[in-house]
Order: sequence, then structure tokens, then C-alpha cells
Amino acid sequence: MARQVKDRDLIQIYETMLRIRLFEERVIHLYPGEEIRTPVHLCVGQEAIAAGVCHNLLKGDYLFTNHRCHGHCLAKGMSMSSIMAELYGKRTGCCKGKGGSMHLSDPDKYILATSAIVGGNIPMAVGAGLALKFRKGRNISVVFFGDGAVDEGAFYESLNFAALKKLPVLFVCENNFYATNSPQWARQPLDNIFKKGEIFGIKGFRCDGNDAAETFKTSKKLIEKIRNGSGPYLMECRTYRWKGHVGPDCDFEKGCRPKYELETWLKKCPVMRLEAKLLKKGLLTGAKIEKIRRRIRQKIARSEVFAKRSRFPAAGEVYADVYWKG
Amino acid sequence: MPWTEVAVDRAIKRLSSADKNAGGRVLSYREALREALHQALKRDPRVFIMGEGVDDPLGIFGSTVGLHREFPGGRVFDTPIAENGLTGFAVGAALAGMRPVLVHMRMDFLPLSFDQIINHASKLCYMSGGRVHVPLVIRAIIGRGWGSAAQHSQSLQALFMHMPGIKVVVPSSAYDAKGLLLSSIADDNPVIVIEHRWLYDIKGGVPAKEYIIPIGKGVIRRPGRSATVLAVSLMVSEAMEAAKKLKEDGIDVEIIDPRSLVPFDWEIVVDSVKKTGRLVIADLGWRSGGAAEIILGRIHNKIRGYLKADVQIVALPDTPTPSCQRLERAFYRGSEDIVKAVKKTYGLHKR
Ligand SMILES: Cc1ncc(C[n+]2csc(CCOP(=O)(O)OP(=O)(O)O)c2C)c(N)n1
Ligand SMILES: [Mg+2]
Repeated sequence: MARQVKDRDLIQIYETMLRIRLFEERVIHLYPGEEIRTPVHLCVGQEAIAAGVCHNLLKGDYLFTNHRCHGHCLAKGMSMSSIMAELYGKRTGCCKGKGGSMHLSDPDKYILATSAIVGGNIPMAVGAGLALKFRKGRNISVVFFGDGAVDEGAFYESLNFAALKKLPVLFVCENNFYATNSPQWARQPLDNIFKKGEIFGIKGFRCDGNDAAETFKTSKKLIEKIRNGSGPYLMECRTYRWKGHVGPDCDFEKGCRPKYELETWLKKCPVMRLEAKLLKKGLLTGAKIEKIRRRIRQKIARSEVFAKRSRFPAAGEVYADVYWKG
Repeated sequence: MPWTEVAVDRAIKRLSSADKNAGGRVLSYREALREALHQALKRDPRVFIMGEGVDDPLGIFGSTVGLHREFPGGRVFDTPIAENGLTGFAVGAALAGMRPVLVHMRMDFLPLSFDQIINHASKLCYMSGGRVHVPLVIRAIIGRGWGSAAQHSQSLQALFMHMPGIKVVVPSSAYDAKGLLLSSIADDNPVIVIEHRWLYDIKGGVPAKEYIIPIGKGVIRRPGRSATVLAVSLMVSEAMEAAKKLKEDGIDVEIIDPRSLVPFDWEIVVDSVKKTGRLVIADLGWRSGGAAEIILGRIHNKIRGYLKADVQIVALPDTPTPSCQRLERAFYRGSEDIVKAVKKTYGLHKR
């Protein structure tokens, strides 16, 4: 990867990562209060993928994500307040309290649907790519999914069709080596997700999913090609989730994963890594970082107040929106 | 939106007058379907048609034949045999502003796409708080006969009546084939259009203009005074046959075609039963948990006070479809069964 990453990009990506990290940490803090009553799948430890990839996206690019969606949605520019309010089940939430944590979406940000059916989002992303192809623009469709989704037939059906029709789709697999408590090796004979598009003629790239500069650079290169009509690409980003599969706790105490694994990966914290890089380059200072953190914390606090003060939907709302009335 | 200009068929009201406003123009059911698709493709650049074999020389029993040549640019295209994926592609395209028509030669292939239909298409509008919608049409054809056996013959409409968020239409005439397919494409929600293979050759009056039949309004196919037969899809013509025979016995049957199973026109059935005091529901699916039972379960409280006899259901016995002719004959239900069921409401027929 010859191209140099611009300093400004790195700073922005850092801010996005920090926004995701601090938001998720706040959710962890708030969750035991039982005002957030929706299963949260936190992406702490995986922020570099959402931040790096989404930094290359235009407003009109579609984004499809899965149950672990907070980071992607924040990185694509969704309002933090509308997300927080959705977690609180309020009518001001992005889905008016009908989606919850696993289905954050916002058509204004071109996040049309977020599926908690493993692999279910992938065909939809391809379909949005088909719509884009009909309209002949330069926009693309990006889909984020886990290593678990790679087990699903929908993944292969999607690769096949996207390649067949040369659709403007970027497949981004966040390989955190687990699907709930099931390790990748128990489900897949080979550790080669990035190669799984090859039989369809889709080139794949593997990158360090904890290195934001790398996820950014790799996706930048691929997205440029896709915008120019290359057809789809597949990206495997290797990473690790710090929290349990669902909820604010860790799962190591329960014996779900070996402790040393976490310890190894904690050292590769994507936020700290980029932070260190930026400090070393002199692009940031301790004081500047503190300023950024404070600004984000204030934003989170405002979103919390907004969510708490918002009203729940009226009971009659349960009947609305089954069908679209226009 | 271009669809708001299409004439809504108000002339239809409750009494079927299909042939009247066709100006003497007669088409087969398959031709009517094709004409609807042709007009939709022409009217709306967002419409496209995908499915296994839509552009082959046979073109889905003739209903899509040649459309790919008339509408080039990939708007009518053959697909991999990957039903769940295909449905997801269509859902995604619909979310992104297109109006896909996904075609299945057999309804039996729909179970492979249940994830995208049940977990996605039917729920995305609701899950987003009404912020997105899925204007998707899925055409599914029911096969029957010639030993098709258990995997090429199923009438699975009841499965789609169970989950909210989907509409289900069941055109029984050439006129309805065109009008209901056009209304399904114009609709902003996922609609499953259930066509019966045995209806493809029937002919009827079909106006040349585009027209839309409101989804959720039934129609009286034959007015009558003494017993109501609610008949679905192919069962409408079976009921018409039965009515002729019953007339000889002095029984004047009223036949109602609901046109759509979701939403369902409860009123037209209730009004009819108020008048006749007798109800037979004739469906193409299985008895247990089938469309007939679903309808009866919902309507019974509303009609109980008017009934002169128990409601009768004509539906398939709870077995998979057999193959050989002899067993097929024992399995399927038709006009004779409707005659028996109506007579039963008079205490005239005992099984
Ligand atoms: C079709 C389906 N099967 C099973 C589940 C239960 N489930 C929820 S998340 C999950 C693991 C997904 O793993 P992965 O795709 O790697 O994403 P991650 O949670 O690691 O981010 C499973 C099995 C589901 N939601 N959908
Ligand atoms: Mg995983």
C-alpha cells in the first residue's frame, strides 16, 4: 500500500474511534440501571474497522450492519442522541422504539436495515448494490458482518451474485474469531475468510482490524476501485471483542474464552495504537486529546439527557408501521 | 410517483363486472400477467423482474416471455438458483428505491427464502418505526397434477397469512391477474401474488388500459340467496361449477372471491352470511392451520348469530401430495366436494 494516509484523515478516524469507544463504555456504565432494556452487542476493541472503512464513505453510500451495529452507525454519521434514545426505547429513537440496539437504522444516512439474523444483512446489501448499478452512479454498498456469518449460505449466495453482476459492494468481515462462544476453528476448516470470494472471482484482502490506518488504507483502495466499476471486493479484518457476546460484562470469568487471549489483544487496543501514533507524529498532544475526549463526553451526556427526557411511544403505537402508508 | 395516475377500478365495486369494461377484449390469465408486467416495466423505471427462467424461451409458463428483449439493460434477468439470497437481493433493492418483481415457478421454492421473507421483508418497515419500506412483489405459482407429487404442488398461502407485514393476493381470473399484479407492484409493501397453474389458460375480459384492483376488497362472483361459498383462487371456478349443480337442487349459492387473503375483506363475507345463513370456505391448502381455518377462526364470532348450520371447510386432507393419478384424485378437492359441503349445511348430505 504505497499511498500515504493524510494526517487529517488519521485524526478524524481517531475521533470516530474514540466516539465509539466512549459511547460503548457509557452504555456499559448505564446498562445495569435497567433503563436500557435491549440486548447490547458491544464493539469495544473492534472500533478501527468501523472508523477506518466508514471514513471512505460518502453520504449516499449504503451501509448494512448486524447485531453489533453501534460502531458502524456512529461512524456513518448517525446522530448519537437518536441511537441513545433508541436504546432507551423512546419515541425519539432512530426506530421510534421499535428496533432497539440490534436494528439501528437511519435512511437519511443510507443505513436502510440492520439485521440481527446472522448473515441476513448480506443479501440486502447486495440488493442495494443492484439498485445502485441500475442508477449508474459512483455510490457503493458496504456490508459489515462477523466471522459467524461466513458460515451461512446467504454469504456465498451473495458473493456469487455480486460477482456475477459486478455489483458495487464491499464485503467487510470483522473476524473476531468467535460467534457467541463458538471459536472460528470449531466452525470453519480453514482460517481463510479473505479467500472465500476467490471461487467467484472476488479478490480478498486480509488486514489487521486493530490498525485503523490499515483498515482505512485497504478499504480506501478497494472502494476507489469499486466506485470505478470493478465489482465487489472482500475484506477480512482480524480483531477481537473485549466484552462478552452480549451485554456489558466480560465472559472470561464464565470460562467462555481463555484469559490470555484477551490480555494479548488488550495490548493491541486500536484506540491506543492510533493515539500513540498520532502523539509520536506530533499530530496530537495530551492536552488536545483531553479536549477531544471532553467534547465527546459532553455529546454523550447530551444524548443521555435527550434519551431520558424523551417520552416512550404511546401504547397505540404498537399497531402502527406494520404496513407502510406513505 | 407514477403509480398514482393508474386508474383504480371502482366500477368493480362488489359485483364482478370484469368482462363488461373490457370492451370485448379477451386475454388468457398468462397473457394478462404478461401485460401487467409489460405495462409496469414501461410505466416505472424502478420496476425490474428477476427469477429463475424469466428470460428463457418458455418465460414462466408464458407470463414473462420476451420481456427481456423488449426491456433490455438487465431489467428482466435470469438468476442463480439461490432463493434466499435472491429474496434478500430483491429486499435490498426495494429498500434502495427499486420495485422488484421476484418470480418463482413453484410456490414450493419459497420455504428456502423464509429468512428473507419472514425476518426481513415483512418486518423492516415496523423495525424502523415506519422509516423504510419494502415495495417488493413475489410471484409464486401453485402447481397441480401430472404426478407433480409433494414438492411441486403446495399451496402455502396460510404460512404468509400468519405473519404481519406481508400482503397476499390470489387472482382467480384473467382480469384479476392483471389488475392485482399491477396493484401489487404499485403497493409500497411486500406482496405475495399467488397464481394457480391451472388458471393460466382460462380466458376473460381484460381491458387494455392499466388498472388497479384495491387490495383488501373482495368481490361477489355469483350473487345468491341461500348459501355463501368463500372460494380462494382456483376454488372460485370450482365453486362456479358447484353452483350450477346446486341450482338443480334449488340451492342458490353466493360465491365470494376475497381476491386477497391479507388484508382480508371480512365485511363482504359477513354481509353475505347475514343474508344466507350458511358458509362454506373452499381453499387450496391443507385443512390444519390453513387459510380456511384462519378465516373461520377470525370470522366466527361475527357470523355465529346468523348461521343456520355449522360452517363447512373444503380443504386438502393433512397429507403431503401423492403422485399417482389415483391417489391425486383422492387427495384433491373440487366442485363435487363443494356441492357436498353446501348440502351438508342443509343436512342433506352425510359423509
Ligand atoms: C441465523 C442466526 N443464527 C443464530 C443466531 C444467534 N447468534 C446471534 S449473534 C451470533 C454470533 C455471530 O457471530 P459473528 O457473525 O462472528 O458476529 P460477532 O457477534 O462475533 O460480532 C449468533 C450465533 C442468529 N442471531 N441468527
Ligand atoms: Mg465473530
